[in-house]
Amino acid sequence: MTDHAAMAPSEARTLRSYVYDPRYRGIFFQVLTLLIVVVLGWWIFDNTAENLARSGTASGYGFLRGRAGFDIGQSLISYTSDSTYGRAIVVGFINTVLVAVLGIITATIVGFVVGIGRLSKNWLIAKLCTLYVEIFRNIPVLLIIFFWYKGVLDSLPQVRDSLALPFNVFLNNRGLAFPKPIWGEGAWLIPAAFLVGIIVTIGVARWAKQRQAATGKQFHTIWTGIGLIVGLPILAFFVAGSPLTFDYPIAGRFNLTGGARILPEFVALYLALSLYTASFIAEVIRAGIRGVPKGQSEASFALGMQPAQTTRLVVVPQAMRIIIPPLTSQYLNLTKNSSLGVAIGFPELFSTTSTTLNQTGQAVEAISIMLTVYLAISIATSLFMNWFNAKMALVER
Amino acid sequence: MKKTLLSAAIGAAVLGFASAASAATLDNVKSKGFVQCGVNTGLAGFAAPDSGGNWTGFDVDYCRAVAAAIFGDPSKVKYTPTTAQVRFTALQSGEIDLLARNTTWTISRDTALGLNFRYVNYYDGQGFMVPKSLNVNSALELSGAAVCVQSGTTTELNLADYFKANNLQYNPVVFEKLEEVNAAYQAGRCDVYTTDQSGLYSLRLSLSNPDEHIILPEIISKEPLGPAVRQGDDQWFDIVTWAGYALVQAEEFGITQANVDEMKNSTNPDIRRFLGVEADTKIGTDLGLTNDWAYNIVKGVGNYGEVFERNIGANTPLKIQRGLNALWSKGGLQYAPPVR
Repeated sequence: MTDHAAMAPSEARTLRSYVYDPRYRGIFFQVLTLLIVVVLGWWIFDNTAENLARSGTASGYGFLRGRAGFDIGQSLISYTSDSTYGRAIVVGFINTVLVAVLGIITATIVGFVVGIGRLSKNWLIAKLCTLYVEIFRNIPVLLIIFFWYKGVLDSLPQVRDSLALPFNVFLNNRGLAFPKPIWGEGAWLIPAAFLVGIIVTIGVARWAKQRQAATGKQFHTIWTGIGLIVGLPILAFFVAGSPLTFDYPIAGRFNLTGGARILPEFVALYLALSLYTASFIAEVIRAGIRGVPKGQSEASFALGMQPAQTTRLVVVPQAMRIIIPPLTSQYLNLTKNSSLGVAIGFPELFSTTSTTLNQTGQAVEAISIMLTVYLAISIATSLFMNWFNAKMALVER
Repeated sequence: MKKTLLSAAIGAAVLGFASAASAATLDNVKSKGFVQCGVNTGLAGFAAPDSGGNWTGFDVDYCRAVAAAIFGDPSKVKYTPTTAQVRFTALQSGEIDLLARNTTWTISRDTALGLNFRYVNYYDGQGFMVPKSLNVNSALELSGAAVCVQSGTTTELNLADYFKANNLQYNPVVFEKLEEVNAAYQAGRCDVYTTDQSGLYSLRLSLSNPDEHIILPEIISKEPLGPAVRQGDDQWFDIVTWAGYALVQAEEFGITQANVDEMKNSTNPDIRRFLGVEADTKIGTDLGLTNDWAYNIVKGVGNYGEVFERNIGANTPLKIQRGLNALWSKGGLQYAPPVR
């Protein structure tokens, strides 16, 4: 039709010819879709605003500056009931990020081990890993969270019969209490030394690589690195004059007072999210490794590489290209699933924001804050993973 | 006009509450044929389903009284169990017509949340429950304790204020659902359970060993609990309010579920007016109801005292004294404006 129309430009085009022209048809449907989306969005906005006005509910984000008036069980930044609602939401945000980051690290490690384990030639290891994956993958994550939480609450001793562990560490059903380090003067030297250790190690590693490429001589980068990263801070510790004292937990009338503690809610959420997501990551890893053609490892063996070297230098780098994109989805899932912590009373973003919602009644505003923040966390995660993916991608020459 | 129609149609579809919030609630309720009443998810004595799945309790009887006033039949109620978190949104959005869920009347809820309170069906105050084994006699000894509390409540705020004002330390253990708070307290996750005292009496019953827990004498707040409705529908607000006052007034008149038919023959003009048997009375029709609205309430659920004794009074497992909730003529705060 198009060709026909193009070939006969002198003929006046009928309406019919436009209808059958794929270009115009395409444009028409795109404009229509855009229009529907915009109109629908506007209607939702307009209706909400109108309903809010009609119900006499106050609106706007001014409430964030108001005094929160409620306390939060776990906070990494200073927070009291005199702080603002805005700060309460930030406390929740930090707790969400904390559990997400720790969960992602643990899930990745466990997932790698289990995923590789499923491919093991050892019958027992392979079956155990399969069992793990099948159990955790097939149970709703909320149930796993409850399992750990109730498990922790019911099986651990009551606070007055706390389990005393070495180094003044106490375990009971209110969490794990341990001595809190209090850093004295000059303590900044230690993290500084740690940082210097890392930077020097990176330099040494580069130099060693260049030297190996040029002369073929190998260098014990790993041992040097460990020496630098561990040794330097220890040296700094003594140079600064051991600026460290501990605040020990002591049994008070009701609770252990003093020291630092890890709440059971946090542990339950962290373990559940890690173990649940690890089962999916294990499958992603297995699929990635299986996706590398057998010829690659055979060629590697033919060149005289050891099995460990083959895995590390030939198989894994190629498998990573298959693994990273689905791994990103798993990381995002873990982050978003952390909002289930509200069920066991862990004060993460969803929990503190919905308490704020309830105290102020600003439903639309509070929900919009949550949506924006979760969206921002997820987009940041996926941007990072996309960057990592591009770095790992096959460079075609 | 077109915009309004389309907005209403799509808004109703998308948000679900465009039409519900605007129409007169009474007409809406009458056309539905039942009152949609928001109640607690489960608080023995106040609102909880019994073994047959029927909702019973002090707040539930309030919903039944409203249904009786409108339909002459207390059973025309459907219950929506609401958590502390969703209760106001459920009411604002029109999902429920009336919230009777031991909700504290505060000025900010009355204004910024767009709700209306007037009648208080239970005067309460916040208290503390602790295991007897801790040997605590006063809330002032609670420094350093872990305290279980439900999130999003005035209780949570009062707790923070009380401990701060008295310079006491505590660790909050906060859950969204009451069931989770109960489980945590029972498991020993916290030392102290705090909520409205009426709630504590009710919750103590659900523990496996109620006798091993005591409720401390301190009352740290005023908690007037009452039904709430949306702002902007005065007629509905009046009906809900006066259904409550009718219960109180009936007790004052000595009208009970048993003698209400007899009382119709009373010579007391106040009682005759109240029960709608006085000639050319307009009280009921002015409310948008029938003139026997108060008769229907008493016939359906009894008077305030009967409702109290049946659900939470001295002969129930909760064993709550009337206290502040006695009639004004008996030293309490329950007082109904004149029905005339």
